[in-house]
Amino acid sequence: MTTPSQALAPAERAVQLLGADLSEVALRRHLEGLPGVDAVGLEARAASLGTRSIKTTSKQAALDLVIRMIDLTTLQGADTRGKVRSLVAKALVPDASDPSTPRPAAVCVYGDMVQNAVDALGSAWSAGKDDGINVAAVATAFPAGRASLAVKLQDTRDAVAAGADEIDMVIDRGAFLEGRYGKVFDEIVQTKEACRRDDGTYAHLKVILETGELVTYDNVRRASWLSILAGGDFIKTSTGKVQPAATLPVTLLMLQVVRDWERLTGERVGVKPAGGISTAKDAIKYLVTVAETCGEAWLDPHLFRFGASSLLNDVLLQRQKLTTGRYSGPDYVTID
Amino acid sequence: MTFLDYAPAPESTAILDLRPEYGLFIDGEWRAGGGEPFASVSPSTERQIAMFASADEGDVDAAVRAARAAFRDVWGPMSGRDRGKYLFRIARILQERARELAVAESLDNGKPIKETRDADVPLVAQWFFHCAGWADKLDWVGLGANPQPHGVAAQVIPWNFPLLMLAWKVAPALAAGNTVVLKPAETTPLTAMLFADVCEQAGLPAGVVNLVTGAGETGAALVRHPDVDKVAFTGSTAVGREIAKALAGTDKRLTLELGGKGANIVFDDAPLDQAIEGIVDGIFFNQGQVCCAGSRLLVQESVHDVVMERLKERMATLRVGDPLDKNTDVGAINSSAQLERITRLVETGIAEGGEAWSAPCELPSEGYWFAPTVVTGVEASSTIAREEIFGPVLSVLTFRTPDEAIAKANNTPYGLSAGIWSDKGSRVLAVADRLRAGVVWTNTFNKFDPASPFGGYKESGYGREGGRQGMQAYLKGGE
Repeated sequence: MTTPSQALAPAERAVQLLGADLSEVALRRHLEGLPGVDAVGLEARAASLGTRSIKTTSKQAALDLVIRMIDLTTLQGADTRGKVRSLVAKALVPDASDPSTPRPAAVCVYGDMVQNAVDALGSAWSAGKDDGINVAAVATAFPAGRASLAVKLQDTRDAVAAGADEIDMVIDRGAFLEGRYGKVFDEIVQTKEACRRDDGTYAHLKVILETGELVTYDNVRRASWLSILAGGDFIKTSTGKVQPAATLPVTLLMLQVVRDWERLTGERVGVKPAGGISTAKDAIKYLVTVAETCGEAWLDPHLFRFGASSLLNDVLLQRQKLTTGRYSGPDYVTID
Repeated sequence: MTFLDYAPAPESTAILDLRPEYGLFIDGEWRAGGGEPFASVSPSTERQIAMFASADEGDVDAAVRAARAAFRDVWGPMSGRDRGKYLFRIARILQERARELAVAESLDNGKPIKETRDADVPLVAQWFFHCAGWADKLDWVGLGANPQPHGVAAQVIPWNFPLLMLAWKVAPALAAGNTVVLKPAETTPLTAMLFADVCEQAGLPAGVVNLVTGAGETGAALVRHPDVDKVAFTGSTAVGREIAKALAGTDKRLTLELGGKGANIVFDDAPLDQAIEGIVDGIFFNQGQVCCAGSRLLVQESVHDVVMERLKERMATLRVGDPLDKNTDVGAINSSAQLERITRLVETGIAEGGEAWSAPCELPSEGYWFAPTVVTGVEASSTIAREEIFGPVLSVLTFRTPDEAIAKANNTPYGLSAGIWSDKGSRVLAVADRLRAGVVWTNTFNKFDPASPFGGYKESGYGREGGRQGMQAYLKGGE
């Protein structure tokens, strides 16, 4: 198979890779032709990666890296401007007792809160540049995605217009489970197009698979491949609203897909586990899994993120322990 | 320093309380041996761990007498229920002392602490728990009415899984009502000595378990002793053959678990990422020093290149080094003699046209080390496709059809293990049916369970260990 140029639009590139038209049949043949996943073996490998012992200097570096990879998230119906301001303040100064503490990659909010987040970030807002904190918005009728395509696209455009640097979209799981891969593909392609700003640049697109609703690992592999084929910059496990959310085996599997995609095309796609990762210890297991599956190039906030709300405080506690030599307690980190 | 240069995470040896020298454990007492004492060294540093007594014929005789007396007076007449109580107690103590045993095993054998901690020692405890449960049920599980033990069992075990092989031998023997004299391998006697401690701690009656250390002559004296009723041996095919000859014409019962050259068959519809893990587990677990290792990779031609590319990538992530570091994947080779054998066989493989590739890794300057290696371009006629290497060396052959895979897999004097990788259930079952190997794993490798019988075809030995068949081997009329 020849390696298509990166400059090609997703649909065109997909045609090259599939060597056929993008009919439902062609997509299905392609996705169902991917090697199967043995669940027992996948879970055993994840468990074995989880036994790595990361100590002293390695732990220190890992904790800082985890913070830099966090999308600090609030996605509640009860979110207020005050809540978002508070979240942003935490992102700006994660640990007032230690100014060397790095900042998270992004704050992640609902679309209608993007403007508030941008305002609260002020000069720390990255505004699409590499320096600063990004604002990520969930869109496309998050979390269920049960709305017309027109509504989903408008949802996306609104968030981008308000300043969102990153869009976290959900795939149509119903269509996927019906085997209508083409519909899922088209929606991702069009959402990506809706991420286009007036100046021709694009907000980064994270594609949420909601692996807890896809259930089988074979489905997760197909959905990952499909999302990348359609042009997703990141593939993300979950909305956080469905259990199970992110698990280590699912994340390992998605990392294997982006590794395979790089092998095929030379392009690097990011992975974001979201929901349920709340301890530094667990987060470090993910870093080990990233490094030993895709290599250290992926230990970068451009290619790996944690979607989390309570993780940051646990990492801060562990960080304080390494610095001071003793454990403090939950009253020594802020509740935001 | 990059993230993947994980900072050292050594397991502490402070938990060990080793003696400078160990005697023979006979009749519940420690005594000196008649032979010249020998040292056991740690294969990763070549440093001496302790001195061990060497049992001569007189010592072996004393051990067999002690076992006979214990069988006659205590263990034989004891009810199954009471034997079970002792075995459960031993199993619990083994669990309580798991960390200590894992550290000792890793130190003496050279295998990574990750394996002793997560595989060897948990399996050891599991084996005793499993067999303990048999002790009071022997009359009701299809082993015949009122099945009887043989009497005194002589057991000789290898150095690759020192404590686990002890458990495979001692647990079923005791559960069935036999008493034992066991000889551990001379390069790995340490955990057997700690096991003697465990027996004392459990209050096991004197003479039920006797341990005699020494080299080959000690083992030869033990299996030839006229008052032994049952011999169980795990080790090389050459020694197994000697034992079979020596026992021919006697009424001693014999089970042998010998070498292997296991085929690991990867079909084109295999779950690829998991197959790569399975190939790695199959040949690099315990540095490949495993009789049931998947040392011959049979890969379908259509996926050969992609499998090899991914396998090499994966091998490059294996961490070779200090066995006591918790992040080590591949430890030291057990002895200089074994290292020499591996080196020689790989050289032969290359001379015969194979292409060797070793994972890029820095090997420590002291100790016995061999980098994980894969040899491609191996043909069925190559030495390294036929001889057991017993090291971290994978020989790769290809096939075109299931029939050819089966024919090549079976084309070996051995028949201990095989693996099949395919997502298609019907193919897995059809192929497994035709493989002449005692254990066939599908979409996994090197998994052990006390409830599952384990043993070989052809030159891999006879008799089974584990499960009902394993209990039968220690009961009269069982084999």
